[in-house]
Amino acid sequence: MGTVAANDLDGVAMEDSLLKIGPFELNSRLIVGSGRYENAAMMRQALDFSGSDCITVAIRRERLHDAHGDNLLDHIDSDQTILLPNTAGCYSAKDAVRVANLGREILRALGNPGADWVKLECLGDSRTLLPDPISTLEATKILVADGFHVLCYTTDDPVIARRLKQAGAAAVMPAGSPIGSGQGILNPNNIRIILEYLKNEDPEYPVIVDAGIGTASDVAQAMELGADGVLLNTAIAHARHPLVMATAMRHAMLAGRQAFLAGRIPKRLYAAASSPMEGVIATHPFPRNETK
Amino acid sequence: MIVQVNEQAVETTTGITILDLLKQLDLTTRHIAVEVNLNIVPFESHSNTILRDGDQLEVVTLVGGG
Repeated sequence: MGTVAANDLDGVAMEDSLLKIGPFELNSRLIVGSGRYENAAMMRQALDFSGSDCITVAIRRERLHDAHGDNLLDHIDSDQTILLPNTAGCYSAKDAVRVANLGREILRALGNPGADWVKLECLGDSRTLLPDPISTLEATKILVADGFHVLCYTTDDPVIARRLKQAGAAAVMPAGSPIGSGQGILNPNNIRIILEYLKNEDPEYPVIVDAGIGTASDVAQAMELGADGVLLNTAIAHARHPLVMATAMRHAMLAGRQAFLAGRIPKRLYAAASSPMEGVIATHPFPRNETK
Repeated sequence: MIVQVNEQAVETTTGITILDLLKQLDLTTRHIAVEVNLNIVPFESHSNTILRDGDQLEVVTLVGGG
């Protein structure tokens, strides 16, 4: 045990490694999105309070008639932050590959290390924003062949998660629940199975819970299950007080990760008294039937 | 000549380079990537890539996203 430089928890903390995804090393295990903020100043502060050093961004057409407005990068210190471009809004492997390459070009021109990775999103349904597993797999193969480190947004299906890893994904990112829904982790057992399958004989392989986070306890839950990180956006951006929520998320990340490293007690059906039985002053009202 | 930029027709000078078109559109200080007819043109080549009438350009930038 020792103290961890990257956090400000009081007392002892388990030594922790950095989050490694492909060649990238992140100080914070929280990856935050830059979308849906009321204004750019709020976004910038919230990103700071979250403690994250990796921020997701989207690629969109430049406006030709109103190009004088703020650019996102006016509000993000891209020298201190690794940008993670996404392919949000793409419904086919072809579009996702195209957008990934455009993102790479923008980040390459910026000199940001994020040029070599991408958060792959290949959607299959506009109402649930659930990914299309088949085009996600197809795009993963193409992008891996193009030299990208691909972080795959996917469902919590362990079988497709395993296929994505086999296809060369740098990280698999199962959704806790649909994007922006705030429902948290609907099927923790699937997340457990994904972690078991993908980390079997490869414990460092990164699995990141992406999407659906509603509040701090969802982040802690993901980390307690053994996830390597959490990616979230709306839970902070649309909280009534985004800056307070960003801080709460940072603490939940540390709490959940430390709880995982500390090792929780096993769950048991019956009670186990915390106080000794020896010397207790009490009469026992029922026949003792507990097993010894 | 006319080129299409993000599906909008833009009237410009014959033989213009990508860089000069970006100047015309006041987009040079932005963080952008440019595709011409679906091929990305690396930023290093913007100054020596000459556009042709009818070329289809995409000019994209970064926006907030999750």
